Amino acid sequence: MTALLLAEAVTRRFTRRASVGDRIAGLFGANADRRSVQAVTDVSLTLAAGETLGLVGESGCGKSTLGRMLAGILPPTSGRVLFDGAPPMAGGHKVTTRIQTVFQDPFASLNPRRRIGDSIAEGPIAHGFVSRDASAALVADWLRRVGLDPVFAQRFPHQFSGGQRQRVAIARALAMQPDVMVCDEPVASLDVSIQAQIINLFLDLRRDLGLTCLFISHDLSVVRHVADRVAIMYLGRIVESGTAAAVYSAPAHPYTRALLDSSPKLGLDRPAPLRPIAGELPSPLAPPPGCAFHPRCPLATEVCRVERPALAPSVTGGLVACHHAG
Amino acid sequence: MTLLSVRDLQTHFLTRDGAARAVDGVSFDIARGEILGLVGESGSGKSVTGFSLIGLVDPPGRIMGGSIRFDGQELVELSAEAMRDLRGRRIAMVFQDPGATLNPVLTIGQQMVLALRAHRAMATAAARELSASRLTRLGIPDAMARLDSYPHEFSGGMRQRVAIAMALLHGPDLIIADEPTTALDVSIQAQILVEMRRLAKETGTALIWISHDLAAVAAVADRIMVMYAGRIVESGPVATVLRGPLHPYTRGLLDSLPAMAEPGQALRQIPGNTPSLLALPAGCPFAPRCPGADAVCATPPPVVETPGRMARCHHPLPA
Repeated sequence: MTALLLAEAVTRRFTRRASVGDRIAGLFGANADRRSVQAVTDVSLTLAAGETLGLVGESGCGKSTLGRMLAGILPPTSGRVLFDGAPPMAGGHKVTTRIQTVFQDPFASLNPRRRIGDSIAEGPIAHGFVSRDASAALVADWLRRVGLDPVFAQRFPHQFSGGQRQRVAIARALAMQPDVMVCDEPVASLDVSIQAQIINLFLDLRRDLGLTCLFISHDLSVVRHVADRVAIMYLGRIVESGTAAAVYSAPAHPYTRALLDSSPKLGLDRPAPLRPIAGELPSPLAPPPGCAFHPRCPLATEVCRVERPALAPSVTGGLVACHHAG
Repeated sequence: MTLLSVRDLQTHFLTRDGAARAVDGVSFDIARGEILGLVGESGSGKSVTGFSLIGLVDPPGRIMGGSIRFDGQELVELSAEAMRDLRGRRIAMVFQDPGATLNPVLTIGQQMVLALRAHRAMATAAARELSASRLTRLGIPDAMARLDSYPHEFSGGMRQRVAIAMALLHGPDLIIADEPTTALDVSIQAQILVEMRRLAKETGTALIWISHDLAAVAAVADRIMVMYAGRIVESGPVATVLRGPLHPYTRGLLDSLPAMAEPGQALRQIPGNTPSLLALPAGCPFAPRCPGADAVCATPPPVVETPGRMARCHHPLPA
């Protein structure tokens, strides 16, 4: 298994810039409040060519920040990202066209004043994949492949429904002929029936084009459906990873188990009663010492409060960071 | 005992292009202590139904007809003043975004005391006491001290708990909750679903839970109503309906969930998009997307009733 895209011990810190007031106060000897948030801490992961990795976690866990670093649109504070052996970013800019991104809100990623055909053609023309004269045919081809009528090329984003706009965003990303797609909550804001259409489109295109995908979502059932492997994040770190089948059927980390027990399920039998975990996500500004999950964990003991567990092989063949896994 | 009885409710939005019948002939009952899940996709009319009940439909929307009887009182013809007296006291509402409900420049305590005094004379100390007890009930630790916090000092999940605690202040008979957990993380959603169910059962408050999320509704509700294009297409006990839906739309919604398919396999999708309310097909509005539709579906579908259940379809599925 060769890694097409990999992260080596990447960390990303966001530091609040000192305001004018803070700086003046600093001149008079005040201790300026320069708190920084470590959104992602020491994360290593690999994506093999052709596989889909699901990245799961609750809001603020760092999954989108990690996704942006892997997509080559945000530099890590430390550690490195390698795509096909080279960093996807250099000098603060993305230097590869072979990784493309689809975001949750397609309205925010499409220019409202441009016809969507122009939005789709812009990248391929700029990078010389297609001549301006031949671009209309390329646009028509991609619109057809994502299930839209080619005449829609002349329309503006506001003339589309949410599901159609997400199709446009997918067409625009794929027109760049990427090897890797980073999808950040691509179906989170869509209605159930439209969500199914987009997931089916994603499955078809992934197969036909042999895409490698990072699929970021808070929705466990969607990730289960599309991912070969999954990584679960909590407060900036990966707490568990493994094949989707193993992680969902035999979660090794108490947080993974808690997430699965918290999501309402519709099976053929009676819906299982929910077993919510206590407490809330701690602030990333002040992460708890030791294992970050210990204040909410039913298994926590003294060692969890002082020592951070390292990722180690789990019994199901994945990795888990827990003193009490097993 | 029936608390609320809605009959043939018509709420229309009068636009330049014609009248959009956002709610078109909705009828249902809800008993004290009952939790009713109102499910549908965007534009199905589920939120407008909720707003109609509490008299919060803004122009160009208008209740054009029908009856809303709440504890023996007709609400459709009620004066604005009488409605204001009911609202917050006997019927409360919880919205998706608690940030929009709470005043950012007042402390939680000030807002709760104001909300209490809007309907009854109360000394500040007693009002704060009652507010703190409601916050505690919703699982907010150290409630007396948190009364002096501002909304921004709470997390999203805690803010929604505060909004629910405020809705509970007067011990209302009915709470209408519009997508109350949609913006929350799964672990927080699970806590609120479990707590709301417990509260409704303990206090006898009836709850209308409006959501697009079938799984969340399955976890909280006793009965479910499925709306499509302004109409109720199916209703019944939640477990029965979800196990064997009568209406092809309910079936389609369930089948399109990833949880209902083998990983990696194509989901069974409903073709097409939800129709525009300004250009609904004659007859059954779901017919153009329905796998079982035929010529007769161009005529209005009959109401098929079995004990406790209802569907509006020419060709209901075998239960």
